[in-house]
Amino acid sequence: MSANRLIFGLFLLSTATVGKAEPTFAKQPDAGRQQELVRLVRQDCGSCHGMTLQGGLGPALLPVNLKEKPAEGLAATIYYGRPGTPMPPWKQFMSEAEAAWIVEKLMSEFPK
Amino acid sequence: MRLLLSFVLALLLTACAGPQLRGTGDLGLIIERASGCITLVNTSSRQPYARIEGLGDLSHASAVYSRDGRYAYIFGRDGGLTKIDLLEARIVKRVIQSGNAIGGSISQDGRIVVAQNYTPGGIKAFDAETLELLSEVPAEYAPGKFSKVVGLADVPGNKFAYALFEGGEIWVSDFSNPRQPTTQRYPAGLQPYDGLVTPDGRYFLAGLFGEDGVAMLDLWQPEKGARKILENYGRGQEKLPVFKMPHLRGWSVAQGRAYLPAIGRHEVLVVDVATWKEVGRIAVRGQPVFVMARPDGRQVWVNFAFPDNGKMDVIDTLAGKVVHAFEPGKGILHMEFAPRGENVWLSARDDNKVVIHDTATFAKQGEIAVDNPSGIFFTSRAVRIGF
Repeated sequence: MSANRLIFGLFLLSTATVGKAEPTFAKQPDAGRQQELVRLVRQDCGSCHGMTLQGGLGPALLPVNLKEKPAEGLAATIYYGRPGTPMPPWKQFMSEAEAAWIVEKLMSEFPK
Repeated sequence: MRLLLSFVLALLLTACAGPQLRGTGDLGLIIERASGCITLVNTSSRQPYARIEGLGDLSHASAVYSRDGRYAYIFGRDGGLTKIDLLEARIVKRVIQSGNAIGGSISQDGRIVVAQNYTPGGIKAFDAETLELLSEVPAEYAPGKFSKVVGLADVPGNKFAYALFEGGEIWVSDFSNPRQPTTQRYPAGLQPYDGLVTPDGRYFLAGLFGEDGVAMLDLWQPEKGARKILENYGRGQEKLPVFKMPHLRGWSVAQGRAYLPAIGRHEVLVVDVATWKEVGRIAVRGQPVFVMARPDGRQVWVNFAFPDNGKMDVIDTLAGKVVHAFEPGKGILHMEFAPRGENVWLSARDDNKVVIHDTATFAKQGEIAVDNPSGIFFTSRAVRIGF
């Protein structure tokens, strides 16, 4: 937990310094990290939600399925998991900002 | 004259040769999960011999074989059911049978192929020859409530056993009359995630995600109902997160003991199949996904869920511990043993290859370039109950 916070903190620190000129940049993982996250979602989240995100043992994650749901709640589900269901917490593999970025992409159009 | 004679003779010989005859016992296929293709392979030459395109979304695809081992039936995630001819290396027939499928099975007599579906939840039976829809059993466990179906396995008597994830039940459907199946229901437990049938076809087991334990139905005495085994194997301790559901098909029985993946624990559970009591547990390097015995039962090979999916542990069943631990590639999703187990084929998804390892020396014997490989299925499955 504390290690995660540290990493999260370091992440914020690194993006804060880089992102001064462009404030919204602080939320965006860099291009290489975006690719890693896309692969994580398609391959590893995909083992329950489907590689094409059309659902499996877990629910479908297409924009049409998510549009009624609050983005913050979805990001929390990714980060902390959902007890009582098979959805595990992914916090050891990403920051909260990255979970929020994944949700943003899922709700619009998720990259290939 | 002599020249003409030899010309005629040559013609005759060519005519006689025709297509080369061969059996299918050493053939198999590899699913390419991202490209919608399969690669056909020969386990004697350890080489691919053909690639077939156009099978749709194969991201969680599995295959079963006709009893002559010539045809493979491939169940795609998108509900596609494709019949492949391994000898002619072509698609014979393809139908879209549901919105979201998870696998299937083939009947004891080889005449019925059954698909298990998530959406709409239930099973559907098809004529193995023509893929014509024969009947379906919706998994309606309560009025208007449908469940995802998991763990479908063929069992003797042209029956199929399976479990309902939301419904928490084991169902057994009898397809003696393929157009009018009859179904028996047995309460099982919370959130069955997969199932299997023992190699003799007697016991159906459903792993439970929602509670510590495994539901077991004795198909020789189904009237006794399903009972729990391995109850409280987690002993009330908090579960570790499970980043990928274990698979039970291809489970292991060796020397009268069954080896099963624990849920939320980095352990393989060892069960005595005479008493169904836990007789041990073996620590491994991650959440087990596949726990598969070499055909002779001397070894059990284990792969793992993300983030440990580059590792493989090999248990020696005589020693009762891991004797070989290695990292054969990135994203090891599946394994399949040669029919008699002299080597094992491992899918390394993120390396875009299948690696072949000798099971006696563990040395690498070869590799095949395959685009995002996942499931590997050899025709030796054709003659096994529950495959």
